[in-house]
Amino acid sequence: MNRKMVLYTVGRIILLEGLLLLIPLAVSLYYRELLTVWSFAVTVAVAAVIGLLLMFFNRHADRTLFAKGGFITVALSWIALALIGALPFTLSHAIPSYVDAVFETVSGLTTTGASILPNPEVLDKGLLFWRSFTHWIGGMGVIVLMMAVMPAESGRSIHFLRAEVPGPVVGKLVPRLRDTAKILYLIYLALTVLQIVFLLCGGMPVFDSVVHTFGTAGTGGFGIKSNSMASYSPYLQWVITIFMLLFGVNFNLYYFLLLRRVKPVLKSGELWCYLAIVLVAVGLITRNILPLYDTFSETLRHAAFQASSILTTTGYSTTDFAAWPELSKVILLLLMMVGGCAGSTAGGLKVSRVILLFKIVARDLKKMLHPRSVGVVQVSGKPVEEQTLNGVSSYFALYMILLLAVFLILSFEPFSFETNLSATLACFNNVGPGLAGVGPLSNYAAYSDFSTIVLSLAMLFGRLEIYPILFVLTPSVWSKKG
Amino acid sequence: MNILVVGCGKIGGTIVASLVAEGHNVVAIDENPVPLNELGNVYDIMSVCGNGADSDVLEEAGVAKADLFVAVTGSDNTNMLSCFLAKRMGVAHTIARIRNPEYNDNSLNFLKQELGLSMSINPELLAAQEMYKILKLPSAVKVETFSRRRFEMIELHLKEDTPLDGLRLCDLRGKYKAKFLICVVQRGDEVYIPDGNFVLRAGDKIGLTAQQTEIHKLLREMGLLTKQARNVMILGGSRVAYYLAKLLLSGGSAVTIIERDQALCQELCNTLPKAVVVHGDGAQQEILLEEDLLSRDAFVALTGMDEENILISIFASSQNVPKVIAKVNREELSLLAEKLGMDCIVSPKKVITDVLVRYARALQNSMGSNIETLYHLMDGKAEALEFNVSPDFPMLGVALKEMKLKPNTLIAGIIRDRATIIPGGNDKIFVGDRVVVVAADRRLQDLSDILK
Repeated sequence: MNRKMVLYTVGRIILLEGLLLLIPLAVSLYYRELLTVWSFAVTVAVAAVIGLLLMFFNRHADRTLFAKGGFITVALSWIALALIGALPFTLSHAIPSYVDAVFETVSGLTTTGASILPNPEVLDKGLLFWRSFTHWIGGMGVIVLMMAVMPAESGRSIHFLRAEVPGPVVGKLVPRLRDTAKILYLIYLALTVLQIVFLLCGGMPVFDSVVHTFGTAGTGGFGIKSNSMASYSPYLQWVITIFMLLFGVNFNLYYFLLLRRVKPVLKSGELWCYLAIVLVAVGLITRNILPLYDTFSETLRHAAFQASSILTTTGYSTTDFAAWPELSKVILLLLMMVGGCAGSTAGGLKVSRVILLFKIVARDLKKMLHPRSVGVVQVSGKPVEEQTLNGVSSYFALYMILLLAVFLILSFEPFSFETNLSATLACFNNVGPGLAGVGPLSNYAAYSDFSTIVLSLAMLFGRLEIYPILFVLTPSVWSKKG
Repeated sequence: MNILVVGCGKIGGTIVASLVAEGHNVVAIDENPVPLNELGNVYDIMSVCGNGADSDVLEEAGVAKADLFVAVTGSDNTNMLSCFLAKRMGVAHTIARIRNPEYNDNSLNFLKQELGLSMSINPELLAAQEMYKILKLPSAVKVETFSRRRFEMIELHLKEDTPLDGLRLCDLRGKYKAKFLICVVQRGDEVYIPDGNFVLRAGDKIGLTAQQTEIHKLLREMGLLTKQARNVMILGGSRVAYYLAKLLLSGGSAVTIIERDQALCQELCNTLPKAVVVHGDGAQQEILLEEDLLSRDAFVALTGMDEENILISIFASSQNVPKVIAKVNREELSLLAEKLGMDCIVSPKKVITDVLVRYARALQNSMGSNIETLYHLMDGKAEALEFNVSPDFPMLGVALKEMKLKPNTLIAGIIRDRATIIPGGNDKIFVGDRVVVVAADRRLQDLSDILK
């Protein structure tokens, strides 16, 4: 592995984070929060020094990176981002424990939205902004951002894109990676601005709309109130519902729409399946919780908001869904695992993987009955490569193993079965709030430092789709022999 | 420019690599996902899996925005059909690989016209032509012609006993009567554009330009072999061998082809009645000796396997055959072969890449002075380009010694009307001239790019 180039790229990412940190610095300057300004300034300086040093000492690195180097770079970059991004919280004494601050930052970057803060209202505006801004940059990916804004280094950067963009198959929109990254970020930016405008029209204050839009765009879910979105008007809740669903759609489809190529959008099996899941889930939940609320429209609103929020792994809430009947809670847990579409900002298994898993199972069942039959799995009218199918199966196996391992470790804590299971699912799938002890009105503060670290890793596993973090934790990858 | 390349085999892969290096946006199309994935991992391209003659696939690959379309699948028919479709779907320039000899005779022009092809390329024919040029001038390792063969650049390997060893370039002109110019020197891995104080050494590879009529005289004065190869043995009956034998026979040389496949031997006998076709395994040295390898002027190894070509060529060299050429497609191997002492290697892939890069660059530059020809010299480390001088060149009528050129560029020749000028400091450039420029470490788009 080309260690020098890995470190060089990590240095570039850290430098980029330093630049991005200037934005919350400006926000806290605007609100005259002196301690926060100081802690952001220190963090920017630390990021700049570390980034520049890494780049300087590795400036003569050979620029080629292969698959292994790509995975390691992405994993190390994300870990470095979280470690540095946590500094402002600790330096400003908002979150005194550094481990908790790292959890909060990982939760932000991985667009999870799980918090250890009981009352986010008391936080400085600058910190609240940074917390939500990490959702926005983590949603589309920092390395994609680096490719879009910094000059390209190597033709092999496709390995970065593969490691960072979620989904079983990663395709380019245009020949150049850099142009692809730019297009993705422009679409992302345009949708973000659109949502801010819609929220402002509904009378939400400017700061609130920006922060909530970041949370929606990255499908993160950090709010600025302890009851999340419950105190906003029905119009605002509907706007957020729709935008959560929009950000859970594969961004490639928006590009096709911009080019007025409607056919691939209409033919997208994943999109239709995604919409079907939403409709069925909303229908079932509405029927199940009808007795709890006064009017049908209110019931529908809560059901639609919660189902979209959980399916897209955002994690906003308009009501305490932990108090809902069992059926609704189970549906929500299942939605957590499904997640959004591939190539979106959402987490979870991804709808396309779920479709493929069902098709693989169907094919293998058929093969048992007709041993000589030849089965081809098709999605959106195109055959899927055998390699991709194998990848999906082994990804699912790994996903279940790691999920259960995290669940087992959490069970050392003195909390209920429901709390631990939902915490595991909510973190691994980057949702945020779970049920019972970690429900929408509670938080993760009760977990010990060790469990907090395990949950942070689980969030990184979920966001980067397991492999990069798994490789970083595997000793044989680091040995020269490997 | 946006370029679509259909077919990602050996040739397609090299074309994609060189077009990406030229800075174009490349979309690669192939039916087989395996080579497509490999290319996509190494180069910054978009890949589309599907049949290149399917309009849906072409649409998905963005044919509407493409400036150039290149079809180089293994099948001529697919190439022609996909170029035809691309043309109809709005691509202005289409290039197809057409290598079946039956399509490459008189019907080629008709095909090109009816299909709207901008160019057809036949790698085997181009490689055979390149080998033929070398066989006509066996002391060269490579011969490039400009302005319809009025002006030539030859690459030479300076052997241990060369009279040029230790000479300064400015002393050379007085020594020889013929007018010539040494434009580029390769020493080890470094490539130099030399000035008058440059000292030549044995072991250098040099590129020199001279008028075509004077080259023979010059080489004779330098004590180098200049006799055209009249008696050639070709190993392997591939398409390149067919084209090369045809060229040699029409030039009046004797040709023996050794091929191990009986059916192919029969076919070659039918198409090349004047050639001697021997059925046998050329890897057996005995057969080569039996067919009188020792009295041949030249030996050309053209089997389908690079390794075989290299090894048998080394054997032929050891038997003191005056000129040995090997066809080697894989670049890594050709570098190794050069280290083993094989200096004359022809690669169909490289030949075709030159043609395509030249076309793409000329297309990009259709506004300014046109690139007429482009050759990669010294393993691609330097380039020789021929430009048409347009009226907006800023230094018209200025003596060359007054011009400030960028480092590592050189004006190697001026062709005016029918005369060739090997330029000195007092020569000038006028509208309508053709100018040959050699440049290392840079890509020239326009003649004015050489000026500071």
